[in-house]
Amino acid sequence: MTAVTAAPVTKAKPRAEVQTGGRKGGSHFWIHVGLIIFTFFALYPILWVLTLAFSGQQSLSIATLPQDATFWDRLRAIIPWPQQISLKNFVDVLTEQPFLTWLLNSAIVAGLTTVVGVFLACTAAYAFSRFRFPGRQQGMMAFLVSQMFPGTLMMIPLYIIIVSWLGLGNSYFGLVLVYAVTAIPFCVWMLKGYFDTIPIEIEESAIMDGASRAVIFWRIVLPLARPAVAVTALFSFMTGWNEFILASVFMTEETRYTAPVGLRFFVGGFSAQWGYFAAGSIIVSIPVVILFLYLQKYLVSGLTAGGVKG
Amino acid sequence: MAQIKFEHVSKRFGDVAVIENLDLHIRDQEFMVFVGPSGCGKSTALRMIAGLEEISGGTLSIGDRVVNDVHPKDRDVAMVFQSYALYPHMTVRENIAFGLKIRKLPQAEIDGLVNEAATMLGLTEYLDRKPRALSGGQRQRVALGRAIVRKPSVFLFDEPLSNLDAELRVTMRAEISKLQRRMKVTTVYVTHDQVEAMTMGDRIAVLAPLKRHPSGNLMQVGTPLELYDRPQNLFVARFIGTPSMNIVEMAVDADGTALRFHDFVLPVPAAYRGGIGAYAGRNVAVGFRPEHVGHAEEHQWDTISPIRGEVEIVETLGHEAIIHFRVGGSMVIGKIRGHGVVLPRLGEAIDLVVKASSIHLFDPQTEQRLPEA
Repeated sequence: MTAVTAAPVTKAKPRAEVQTGGRKGGSHFWIHVGLIIFTFFALYPILWVLTLAFSGQQSLSIATLPQDATFWDRLRAIIPWPQQISLKNFVDVLTEQPFLTWLLNSAIVAGLTTVVGVFLACTAAYAFSRFRFPGRQQGMMAFLVSQMFPGTLMMIPLYIIIVSWLGLGNSYFGLVLVYAVTAIPFCVWMLKGYFDTIPIEIEESAIMDGASRAVIFWRIVLPLARPAVAVTALFSFMTGWNEFILASVFMTEETRYTAPVGLRFFVGGFSAQWGYFAAGSIIVSIPVVILFLYLQKYLVSGLTAGGVKG
Repeated sequence: MAQIKFEHVSKRFGDVAVIENLDLHIRDQEFMVFVGPSGCGKSTALRMIAGLEEISGGTLSIGDRVVNDVHPKDRDVAMVFQSYALYPHMTVRENIAFGLKIRKLPQAEIDGLVNEAATMLGLTEYLDRKPRALSGGQRQRVALGRAIVRKPSVFLFDEPLSNLDAELRVTMRAEISKLQRRMKVTTVYVTHDQVEAMTMGDRIAVLAPLKRHPSGNLMQVGTPLELYDRPQNLFVARFIGTPSMNIVEMAVDADGTALRFHDFVLPVPAAYRGGIGAYAGRNVAVGFRPEHVGHAEEHQWDTISPIRGEVEIVETLGHEAIIHFRVGGSMVIGKIRGHGVVLPRLGEAIDLVVKASSIHLFDPQTEQRLPEA
């Protein structure tokens, strides 16, 4: 019995062996049934968004149910597949609505957040990792503690500081400041942990070679920390790109909306433009996916392999 | 001229003193080895020359310049680390060229120097590989290349061979010695392996941990043979030589001519006769090397009365054998020829003699060598 079921496993490629490793005999059928059900739960809302976006209409329902709906009518109504496929929602969102402006706003804010956040996080994390100074431990602890409060808690104080005191309402800079500050604690922890794994001898060796701290940081440490920098860049970008609450509070002029804030106005108050909302959501998600795919090649382990004897 | 001078140098990490009272003069072009057990401060002393550790007290000079506050990059010193410490994201060529690039040499000159170093070390065909695609020995060679390419006035080696396997270690030992002689660069080499120290060094500095010798780390400086033949104290006597020297406390006769331990009697060697008077009737520490211990029937050595030892361990090494004898409550180790003789059996009792003209006498309290005429 065992031999029969084990045979395909041993013939399978190494990859499959890893996946089924440790499992002896028995059928995978029920496991797959379970997994398919959960996958369906995860995908169903996304399928609805896709359906609405490509339906070319604004209504939330795909099919109109007749008075005496049959089982098949009802079934049709919950299957996420549009009656006709059209790109009209995408075209309208980008041309008739100011969505392109909002996207651009989001790109500026998220891009600047990434640059500012990653730069400050890298330099701060390097200092925390390599230098010993008063307040080092407390600083790291403060960063950690700051992560334990929900962001909404800070909405009013941030509004007072950014908008009332600094007068940075409706400005990119105000949002960038807030987002970068929000993202930095996580990024510093992430990067410090990574910098700690880079052997100090490599840096000492560079010192002996005549390199200054700046050269060591830019040409030795940062290239070796690429995976961690990629993760923090992605995180910083998404912090700025997806954020809704603060952006909706700080950005009150329509021309200054970021994409998530703008999206809300398709379905809020007096309008219910679900088609635009769905199309806009898909457009918003594309840059994140592209960025992730681009950064993925840096998310490899073992960059420091070969530098020092383990 | 790149002599290195330690004058009353000390080093403390917080409250912990690691180096105290270090006075040492390393001559120009000399191959100096720092050797000692772990915690003796040998690596710290080396890192002070490099500038990677600050100096807590005293002065350190390279050439004629005091370098206490000189940045590592301005000391004209190159260092090879135990862990190689290569730049993993750069090719071998970039690794070797890094120091030259920092110094902004013209590219053509860099290429020439890198190729020269690579040829010298047999690395030419690996120049475009990354360190992770190299073996341990090759990586160590790249680390060497990075050091020699700058033609510095001092080389520092921090246990560079301890990560290599035994065979490669012997090869690299010879290669480093050859390289140093060819380049005529003052070299300081740190190791805990006394075989490396004996085979490579022009001179050796033996260091001891401060907690054993609070007055200072430096136990003795000298050529390998000086350390072997005339250790100045018990620490060096025990540390240099494998297996280590036997140390037995023996009583000096009232007339200062003989040493006694139970029925074991040795004559006091002529050289010590003048100074031993002060120890008459007291104990001295007597050291004798394993090769000077032998079977009473085979050697006509000048032992007055032999001592009976029971064979406890026999280690056969081929050309020689190492025998551990139990003598009273302590152990005596002897090294005998391994060929053409019948090796003693375990448990066998043998009358042992010692070549008395080769013994070393030390004061048991101060652990210093007794004065010789």
